[in-house]
Amino acid sequence: MGQTIAEKIFAAHLRDTPTPDNMVIDIDVIMCHEITTPIAIMDLVDKEMDRVIDPDRIKAVIDHVTPSKDSKTAMQAKIMRDWARRQNIKDFFDIGQNGVCHALFPEKGFIRPGNTVIMGDSHTCTHGAFGAFAAGVGTTDLEVGILKGVCAFRKPESMKIEVTGELPVGVYAKDIILHIIKTLTVNGATDMVMEFCGPVVEAMNMSSRMTLCNMSVEAGATSGLCLPDKVTAKYLWQFIQDDYASMEEAVEDYKKWHSDTDAQYAQTLTIDVTELVPQVTHGFKPDQVKDITELAGKRIDQVYIGSCTNGRIEDIREAASVLKGRKVADTVRGILTPATPGIYSQALDEGFIKIFMDAGFCVLNPTCGACLGMSSGVLAEGESCASTTNRNFNGRMGKGGMVHLMSPLSAAAAAVTGEITDPRMFQRMNKGISFTEGGEL
Amino acid sequence: MKKFGGPAILLNRNDINTDEIIPAKYLTEITKTALKPHLLEDLLVDGKAFDSQSETMQKAKVVITRANFGCGSSREHAVWAFEVNDINVVIAESFARIFRQNMFNCGILAIELPKEQIQEIFEFVKKAKTTCGVIVYDSLKAIRITAPKDGITFKFNLNEYDRNLVSTGGWLAFAEVNY
Repeated sequence: MGQTIAEKIFAAHLRDTPTPDNMVIDIDVIMCHEITTPIAIMDLVDKEMDRVIDPDRIKAVIDHVTPSKDSKTAMQAKIMRDWARRQNIKDFFDIGQNGVCHALFPEKGFIRPGNTVIMGDSHTCTHGAFGAFAAGVGTTDLEVGILKGVCAFRKPESMKIEVTGELPVGVYAKDIILHIIKTLTVNGATDMVMEFCGPVVEAMNMSSRMTLCNMSVEAGATSGLCLPDKVTAKYLWQFIQDDYASMEEAVEDYKKWHSDTDAQYAQTLTIDVTELVPQVTHGFKPDQVKDITELAGKRIDQVYIGSCTNGRIEDIREAASVLKGRKVADTVRGILTPATPGIYSQALDEGFIKIFMDAGFCVLNPTCGACLGMSSGVLAEGESCASTTNRNFNGRMGKGGMVHLMSPLSAAAAAVTGEITDPRMFQRMNKGISFTEGGEL
Repeated sequence: MKKFGGPAILLNRNDINTDEIIPAKYLTEITKTALKPHLLEDLLVDGKAFDSQSETMQKAKVVITRANFGCGSSREHAVWAFEVNDINVVIAESFARIFRQNMFNCGILAIELPKEQIQEIFEFVKKAKTTCGVIVYDSLKAIRITAPKDGITFKFNLNEYDRNLVSTGGWLAFAEVNY
């Protein structure tokens, strides 16, 4: 019987089967940030087990609150910093080099097809975009990963999600995944690996694939996954060129991680995106999703563009296409957080930062910040935010606040009008005025 | 092995997420005990703020709730917030994977019962008009929900590996012995 990519990765990393339903696997990449790692470090120190399986398999970053906002976050950063030095962890990213973990680590080429990845962060599933099994875990799993290089999972069951049709203008990976979460509900994929495939996914760049996989956990999934192909090889080429004679050879090699045609899936879902319109959440659950046209006109106090979901250069470029020559509405606070220093720098080079600043946006350093209401854009009670992030839970961006999840293009449109807006109207206008300065509504 | 059970509190809602169990602003704490006063601080039940300081909540050692409990963030702080409040069992129709694993990794119990049985428990407690208790017995294979003059019993299944974690005292102890 054929195997899914998840089954192939598990088989290649199998360490133990403590019961027929459970598998302990070797972990290739153990990623750490300053919110969930310090308690693991302190526990290991307390137990006189302060060591790491292999410093090169550990990647660490300070990203959630950076620069530190108070004494407590400064202490969390210090614990990480001291530990990284003590354990000789070379891939440690601090102020000046740090960015949102799930955007930064792919940029550095740390995740390769067929890898197993864990992190004390639920959006670790993002890295499945590279054809890796990547799962968010708690601090105890992380601690054992750091110490032993293993993690336990139930035998992986996969859900095949085939995305077909023609992706309309103004509709993005974010809209597709919101639509999928609405279809599956917030626990529709619990204990499953969501395998994204089909012509629309094959045509996507890595940034969009990461957006898809990033939100698979919002449907309860253990990991999202895309099959590694020429897009993957091209993205990784600067890191893998010594391993392969040509890119074609890498693409051929990656096929060993493709699911077999007779692989067994627990469920198969086909999504035709031809008629899909931009999507937006309402309420406090990420499966509460509507067409943006249904929520159009709802007042917005803040617009947040950033995060591991949509803080990459492609996202900033799309938002800039709406903001160019336009101003943020008087009633709106606009915040842009490029997800990594590399993205920030590229956005500067391409002139996007100027466009955002001219529009009246505040441009922050890379950080997770407001996405989880920790810093840099927390909402007041009764306020609402048009956000490119991944969670709209009650209190997520600040107690009593409401988060509307949407694509960067939709968020930029909301910034200009001060209300939830179908962004396609700007694209139609832009066609006419071809991004000329001073284009108005 | 740890003793499980005690007075119960019912949370009548699906999809209670870890941001509601412990808001992110408390994730800057570096001790588990600092989480104690903030358990379920942002929880809404029927659209209204849940009283996390009520007497029933303060005495509770068991939480009984509906589907997809603990969804969202991977923060083990959600499990620790229960632990430091002496809550050692959560009974639900279903759990989010990471939260469920965090419970067993800490050596405490996440028990899944079918929807109909959870509904039966909610009705039983409503009829009893008093705080009910939960007894976990038969080597972690059954629970009894008790009111002063009455009780109902359910069998439950634990994944064998998770059962091993509970009897070993959690994943770190288990991994230390085995890997």
